[in-house]
Amino acid sequence: MADASYPEDLKYHPEHDWARIDGDTAVFGITWYAQDALGEVVFFDAPEVGATVTKDESYAEIESVKAVSDVIAPLSGEVLEVNPGLEDSPEAVNEDTYGEGWLVKVRLTDPSELDSLLDRDAYVATLD
Amino acid sequence: MSSTTELRRTPLYERHLTAGARVVPFAGWEMPVQYAGVKEEHLAVRTASGVFDVSHMGEIRTSGPQALDFLQRILSNDVAKIAVGGSQYSVLTKEDGGVLDDLFTYRLADDVYLTVTNASNHEKDLAWFRRWAADFEVEVEDAFDEFAMLAVQGPQARQAVTSVLGYELPKPFRTGGAVWRDADLLVAGTGYTGEDGVELLVPPAIAPELWDELLAAGVQPAGLGARDTLRIEACFHLYGNDLSEDRDPIGAGLGWCCKEDTGFVGSEAVAQARAAGPAHADGLRLVPFRFTDKGIPRPGNPVVGGGVVTSGTFAPSLGVGAGLAYVPQASSEPGTPLEIDVRGRVRPAEVATKPLYRRPQG
Repeated sequence: MADASYPEDLKYHPEHDWARIDGDTAVFGITWYAQDALGEVVFFDAPEVGATVTKDESYAEIESVKAVSDVIAPLSGEVLEVNPGLEDSPEAVNEDTYGEGWLVKVRLTDPSELDSLLDRDAYVATLD
Repeated sequence: MSSTTELRRTPLYERHLTAGARVVPFAGWEMPVQYAGVKEEHLAVRTASGVFDVSHMGEIRTSGPQALDFLQRILSNDVAKIAVGGSQYSVLTKEDGGVLDDLFTYRLADDVYLTVTNASNHEKDLAWFRRWAADFEVEVEDAFDEFAMLAVQGPQARQAVTSVLGYELPKPFRTGGAVWRDADLLVAGTGYTGEDGVELLVPPAIAPELWDELLAAGVQPAGLGARDTLRIEACFHLYGNDLSEDRDPIGAGLGWCCKEDTGFVGSEAVAQARAAGPAHADGLRLVPFRFTDKGIPRPGNPVVGGGVVTSGTFAPSLGVGAGLAYVPQASSEPGTPLEIDVRGRVRPAEVATKPLYRRPQG
């Protein structure tokens, strides 16, 4: 992915994660900034389906050739799905981080947490 | 390294920024870790050509009537075997056999040798050279500031360098001189990637121009990240990871470059270690390994049952995690299954044969 982008329709966590909210479920991923800092992603160490994730805590690890990074949960919930495409094509996180490069789908357990997430402009402001 | 905490920059620092490098502190220097990306640069070196700025590495010039006798006294290999225009890999050992550094030595003339040191060890090596030089009719010079160093590596590296320099290049492990834009260059058929290529030792002032010409000839800038993944696949050691003053060269798998009968400093300890078998006193020896399933090993990961990973990475040419680890002698045969604890998750691996990556014979 060449240019930085931060879609308007997502919620953001200051640890460089995004959440696409859909009723009581959400899809999580890492932001353009995070994938750029990491470099070419070669491995997503995914949580198990059914695992509990807790807002602000690490739920997985994502690795580039030279570095490993914790992935922080933007919201609490239970893992419903893990992106099956990342097993063979982890580079999707770099190429299409808001689309093919999504990480997990989660059933949210605490809707009140939504208020603490940042909108696009607030998140982008943290990057300077 | 000197006592100053200020990071040093090579003559190519501005070029790295221009090429889009991500610059990180390394051994007291601000060095490019990657430009386009580690994987891409790695594969460029495996399939075409890449150029690394390795100007942070040090040089020591040894000259005089007893240069050979002196180097024979401190370097582990048989220095007498280096012909003029030749090169040799060796280690520098303390009296107790601990490894101070691993080095490449080039013989430039009958009684002139140039030894390339690791950046982080240069001052230490220089002090060691000077300490032992007192007994010989020899001059030891710190030649660090005389050279920038570029490593051009890959199957198309020689072609690119020839097109820039207009010289026939020396064969692998041989050295030769060249004059380029009124500057004297030393060209060596060496590298640390497992690929064909050359290393160019050049006056710092000419390095940026040479860099520009190499890029114009289609050579891809490659950073320290790719240099590390390439040398791991080639099973070359990295000082500070796989080698240290606490371990002798035998258990590190470097017995091949130790010739104890030359009487080098530390040779008695090394001979004792060799007689005791291929492992260190703690029963561990260095082996290459690869993961047989998912995961990426990192330095410091424990080997279940004893031992530790000293070099670990995702190996781009293999498509799996791989590296070098100290393992118990009983688990050191190629094909032996290993379990490696990666941050609390046990990953299956197996001992591999050297090198992890072998370039296609064509």
